[in-house]
Amino acid sequence: MKPRIAIFKFASCDGCQLQFLNAEDELLKLAGQVDLAYFPEARSRAREGPYDIAFVEGSITTPDDARRIIQVREESRYLVAIGACATAGGIQALRNWADIEEYRRLVYPSPEFISTLSTSTPIAEHVRVDLEVWGCPVDKHQLLAVLRSLLSKAQPVLPAYSVCMECKRRGNVCVVVARGEPCLGPVTRAGCGALCPAFNRGCYGCFGPADDQNMESFARLLANLGVTGDDAMRRLRGINGYVRPWRETADDIAAGKK
Amino acid sequence: MTSRRAKSRTIQVNYLTRVEGEAAVRIRLHDGELVDLRLQIFEPPRFFESFLRGRDGREAPDLTARICGICPVAYQMSTVHAFERLYGITIDPAVRELRRFYLCGEWIESHALHIHMLAAPDFLGCDSIVTLADKNRQAVERGLRIKKAGNAIVAALGGRSVHPVGACIGGFTRAPRREQLADLREQLLRVRDDAVECVQWVSHFDLPAVTRDIEFVSLRNRDEYPMNEGRIGSSKGIDAEPGNFDDCFEEHQAPYSNALHCKVKGRGPYFLGPLARVNLNFARMGPDVTSVARETGIPWPNSNPYTSIVARALEVLYAIDEALRVIDAYQPPAAPAASFEVRSGVGRAITEAPRGSLYHAFETDQRGLIRSARIVPPTAQNQAQIEADLRELVPGLVQRSQAEATHLCEMAIRNYDPCISCSTHFLKLEIERH
Repeated sequence: MKPRIAIFKFASCDGCQLQFLNAEDELLKLAGQVDLAYFPEARSRAREGPYDIAFVEGSITTPDDARRIIQVREESRYLVAIGACATAGGIQALRNWADIEEYRRLVYPSPEFISTLSTSTPIAEHVRVDLEVWGCPVDKHQLLAVLRSLLSKAQPVLPAYSVCMECKRRGNVCVVVARGEPCLGPVTRAGCGALCPAFNRGCYGCFGPADDQNMESFARLLANLGVTGDDAMRRLRGINGYVRPWRETADDIAAGKK
Repeated sequence: MTSRRAKSRTIQVNYLTRVEGEAAVRIRLHDGELVDLRLQIFEPPRFFESFLRGRDGREAPDLTARICGICPVAYQMSTVHAFERLYGITIDPAVRELRRFYLCGEWIESHALHIHMLAAPDFLGCDSIVTLADKNRQAVERGLRIKKAGNAIVAALGGRSVHPVGACIGGFTRAPRREQLADLREQLLRVRDDAVECVQWVSHFDLPAVTRDIEFVSLRNRDEYPMNEGRIGSSKGIDAEPGNFDDCFEEHQAPYSNALHCKVKGRGPYFLGPLARVNLNFARMGPDVTSVARETGIPWPNSNPYTSIVARALEVLYAIDEALRVIDAYQPPAAPAASFEVRSGVGRAITEAPRGSLYHAFETDQRGLIRSARIVPPTAQNQAQIEADLRELVPGLVQRSQAEATHLCEMAIRNYDPCISCSTHFLKLEIERH
């Protein structure tokens, strides 16, 4: 029997699940190898679990979703969190530092009817996650590699080293050294192909923290480039700002400790 | 689920499929008469307008892009144009051309996605592109080739098709060299024939023949098809600067819910997107596209929402031609981005996202930090019109099975290619009244 695949969405922009549909050359072949049992964005017929592999996009931001993710976990043999929202809480985790009541009032005229949690949190804060694929968006090739590994019953291997490694391999000129441009590359997980430096700009951390990041040293690097205070804090408190090493460093900077 | 009590019936479509994002429809009937109809959005709010406050304006294009993974380019474009107005920046004409090119890429990929993966299965009795491929593999492969070419344009300017990284206030962080566009030119030439075939294919679908009294709204330019600039125009006489958006439209609270609906001031719902643009700018697509449009046998302009899929296919063809025109005339700008000084003020802009006019307004302080942000996506503006279309559909639903009614509602909604992830200003809640 073909493995049953499900793709679930929580608070997100749809961009990560779109990467499946962006696999134009592989899509039809892949579709023949799996049973796409649940993918409401692409298919009107949905079938019930259990599922062999569940890809989960988005973060948990409402009481309903906090219950739904537990159900998803129960009916999924292997659960893959895909993208910055699912692995880090996403850009909407900026609410985690704010007064959610004020946020509601700013956007909606009748805020009392908006059902939302005061935090946006990654999937792993709610249920056991078997694999995290990072990125905002996830890289299409990484996603396909993960799926192929799982289909052949191998443990997927994703890079955990920093963007600097990819950047050197690509032959980019270092934007920090050459132009004094602040760049999160030294503390960010590889996977994008060092896109931003290739486009003459500093990395802004789409793929979240690398395993070997050194935040002490990175905070000094920013300070040496003249990036301090709120400016330094905002650079870390972005798309993946709620992940621990970045969150703590940004909080320290905001508190004037760095 | 269909519940049959004495004479009351509720038709509930619990999870709209093949739309981007999460929504439901609830229709309540009594004695066959419509009591209530709601398009319910349960996409969780993400509070973009709130957390943008205090951020540097220069970060904004990368942040607003995250509202929508399907149309991030349009979000970047409305944002950078609003800030350029705010900071008084004049962009290089070559940058202006590149931005048209960039948006062409997004129109092509987003429209091709919608036509082949989301809408066509409806008309051909399939549940997805995968089952559609079993029936008509050639059409699906053609659609995937077109979509891939659109993604390649976006990636040429921004490195990747979802949340590309190259756009900034003042221009781009990197402008391509002429020779870097050569392969892309070949690719676009190859898919041009595909795009013509796609127009013919969708125009032969069994499109329901309805005519409605609709106010179509899009940007309008004197000479060119609207993308990143122009005046607001409508089929009922609106002609205004984008900065005067609030003079033309109002966000209105429906009596049965606390949702925001957009309406033309003093009138009613309005219709954004490819059909509105084609209707209001037909001749500006140029003779090569209008001749293909006329051959479909469908009259243009027209007021049948189901012809949206054909309008979308025509825009794919137009965007391919326009992208080729930009490549052929391309001379790289002297600098990829204009330099500027930040200041306090207000900037507003509208660009044409694949799904229609996308309005952004930002206010900054002296340091260039955002004091307030307002984002009105096309799907939010189309919401009242979608409900109006569903209301027209109701008499025909009464005798239908749940599955048929669901299918007809979904088809009517898909005319708008709604992107429900764009959840700012777009949340609707049910409040039962007994």
